[in-house]
Amino acid sequence: MSLIFENIIKVLDKYWLLFLTGLGYTLLLSAITVFFGAILGLFVAIMKMSKFTILKIKPFSIIASLYIEIIRGTPLLLQLYFFYFLLPMLIPALEMNKFACIAVALVFNSSGYVAEIIRAGIEAVDKGQMEAARSLGLNGRQTMKKIIIPQAIKNILPALVNEFVMVIKETSLASTFFVGDLMTQYKVVSGALYLVIEPLIIIGIIYLIVTYSLSKGASIIERGLKASE
Amino acid sequence: MNSLIQVKGLYKNFGSLEVLKNVNTHVSKGEVVSIIGPSGSGKSTLLRCLNLLEIPDKGQIIFNGVDIAKSVEVDKHRQKMGMVFQLFNVFPHMTVKENITMAPVTLKKMTQAEADEKALMLLEKIGLLDKKDQYPNKLSGGQKQRLAIVRALAMEPEVMLFDEPTSALDPEMVGEVLSVIKTLVQEGMTSVIVTHEMGFAKEVSDRVIFMADGQIVEEGTPQEIFDTPQNPRTKEFLSKILY
Repeated sequence: MSLIFENIIKVLDKYWLLFLTGLGYTLLLSAITVFFGAILGLFVAIMKMSKFTILKIKPFSIIASLYIEIIRGTPLLLQLYFFYFLLPMLIPALEMNKFACIAVALVFNSSGYVAEIIRAGIEAVDKGQMEAARSLGLNGRQTMKKIIIPQAIKNILPALVNEFVMVIKETSLASTFFVGDLMTQYKVVSGALYLVIEPLIIIGIIYLIVTYSLSKGASIIERGLKASE
Repeated sequence: MNSLIQVKGLYKNFGSLEVLKNVNTHVSKGEVVSIIGPSGSGKSTLLRCLNLLEIPDKGQIIFNGVDIAKSVEVDKHRQKMGMVFQLFNVFPHMTVKENITMAPVTLKKMTQAEADEKALMLLEKIGLLDKKDQYPNKLSGGQKQRLAIVRALAMEPEVMLFDEPTSALDPEMVGEVLSVIKTLVQEGMTSVIVTHEMGFAKEVSDRVIFMADGQIVEEGTPQEIFDTPQNPRTKEFLSKILY
């Protein structure tokens, strides 16, 4: 046991910069994923809730549902491979940029989950709120802007931070393609030293510190939002 | 015709359930009409059809001479019909004052200053002036419902629709809400009230409508309905009710 502890100190002493770089890539990849995933997810959510109808079917809603089902119903690793090989075929310039390919895959993946977070957040607003606003004479758009969205954001924001936490953990799968994230650094270090447990413990603690602080942050935001009611 | 609202041949189904079957009635300017009847008789649905929160399947709702069931300017008509809900539906993310000023300002009926002034006047009237900057979660059920009433009044509607305004209240709060409605009615506000408060309906109404199974079974003055009901369904309903 004490040997492991001594080794951890040694590994950290020699490779701390690698772990720090890995953390940087993990956070960058996660931030890109959540930011663009949220924007794309918003569009998907709007499509899914669209009431536009032709011949008794809602084309936008069906397309969005299909998209969400495919994203959520297939493994992330499969999606990573898919985009990793597909994108360079479509855009040759991406051949050398695997980080971008992986980021695109993660964005698409996250957008499926974010779309459901947004839709659920909006639908969780009491139906009576919509009726009250409409009965005062507001149109649908005004009701969304003044009444529904401000209340839905209180449901959506904390869930979005949790999604951020999920994404940080999921980016570890991107190490399959050696994109420089924390998990990639683990592979580098363990390959160089023939040590497995020690670097795993190190990156595990780093992941834990980041996700725990975010979760704490989420609950603080949540409390802040509740207080203004 | 001095009718503010006329309802002609109204039908409404929820799936295979017929909720309204050929309902015909009218509301004159300044009149106070109460709608009573057992649960599931269609009285709330009728009220909600009046401002098109439910879209009728068939029939006409003529408001100020226009058939609003076929009108495209539903939002414009709704601005002239205030509605009060059983579950208050106050806006939890706005202060008491903002709850009142939001609609008139958003719909450009008043400037923010005018709406603020109106809100303070209305809050004073219902005794909630000291709560103006608080959020609704600090209010009791009775206070929330009084707020919901003045929120609707801020739009200066021509008619007020009350959908069981006291049914979700603790018993000790029913009185304060009813007294606000009573004051309003005495000031000449045209009102349609769906209620289970028979004593109140008898006291404030010009006309009482008794509904059962999606139809108007009997209507008349409060004395006619409550003291000398003619229809056996009305008699049976009233005999089961203590008031």
